[in-house]
Amino acid sequence: MSTPGRPEGEGTPVHATVQQAPLRPGTAPALQYVLRLGDTCLIHAQRLAEWCGRAPVLEEDIALANIALDLLGQARVLLSHAAVLDGQGHDEDALAFWRDEHDFRNLTLVELPRGDFADAVVRNLLLSTWLKAIWAGLKASADATLAGLAHKAIKEAAYHQRHAADWAVRLGRGTAESAARLAAALQRAWPYTAEMFTADAVDDAAQQAGLGPRGCDLLPAWLDEIAAVIDDAGTAMPVLGAFRSTGRLGRHSEHLGRLLCEMQHLPRSHPGAVW
Amino acid sequence: MTADTTWPLWEVFIRAKAGLDHKHCGSLHAVDAAMALRLARDVYTRRQEGVSIWVAASADITASDPGDKAMHFDPAADKVYRHPTFYVLPGSVDHL
Repeated sequence: MSTPGRPEGEGTPVHATVQQAPLRPGTAPALQYVLRLGDTCLIHAQRLAEWCGRAPVLEEDIALANIALDLLGQARVLLSHAAVLDGQGHDEDALAFWRDEHDFRNLTLVELPRGDFADAVVRNLLLSTWLKAIWAGLKASADATLAGLAHKAIKEAAYHQRHAADWAVRLGRGTAESAARLAAALQRAWPYTAEMFTADAVDDAAQQAGLGPRGCDLLPAWLDEIAAVIDDAGTAMPVLGAFRSTGRLGRHSEHLGRLLCEMQHLPRSHPGAVW
Repeated sequence: MTADTTWPLWEVFIRAKAGLDHKHCGSLHAVDAAMALRLARDVYTRRQEGVSIWVAASADITASDPGDKAMHFDPAADKVYRHPTFYVLPGSVDHL
């Protein structure tokens, strides 16, 4: 069977299957801190971008893509900065496309499958509320790059939170179907929120160095803000069980690998490809 | 019979910068004014088009009938005396 495609010879793309070995960043706490935030923004953006062409209405399609692009912009600055901190001469693209799954440091929450629209709303709500607090803390960072980004990103996160909270209330107070979906999405996402607030050495080091806030210090304000929205939506706050996700330690759910396959496919199949 | 679940239409007006007036830039569907405003921000101001947004329900706008165009507007075509073009302006007045 003949397959249509490019003729052999000149113009045939070079398939460099193993031209570039996966790269592994260092383990310095400051680098890990920036990678966690950058990867969380990147993978959240990638999942959100899956809504492009699938959102319930055109206007919301554009809104979700806008949010994804805001997050991607934040991820670019963070990964570029991580590359500098890493000092191996890589750049943002190398970090995004040439690391393997176990070297990604995103929260597990953002890699979970796209789910339904309520899942997107809930995930955006939980994350943007958390990110808003992170950016607020980072405005005073001793790291000028992080402080500069925080001043811009906090406005974006504030809008993302407004957008998500608005939808959560509309779904919660909408039909029986929309309220049930919102409640179910909250139940699905809630176990993964603990990871945002788990104290560890990387967070402690960041706080001591004046780099940025610890997740564990952000919990009370986050809970208050989320509870207000959930209350307004007429839904009950879920209860946290014993499960703890470990994405920011590099131990991920089965879903991240598939996401990376799609996200990294092009640059890995055609290294150095540009348009 | 199924209920009409199409969201109502809203007209969007954007002010490009302080001091200018709001200009009509398009329309969108939304369930209420608050949502229309929020969606207008995403649909119409992504490229720094504005600093202020108005939305109005399309149903609230009463428009002239295109069929009446000749009756409404053509009679003004030959009334040059309605334009203030017969005054001599002082040289120091620009851009009037």
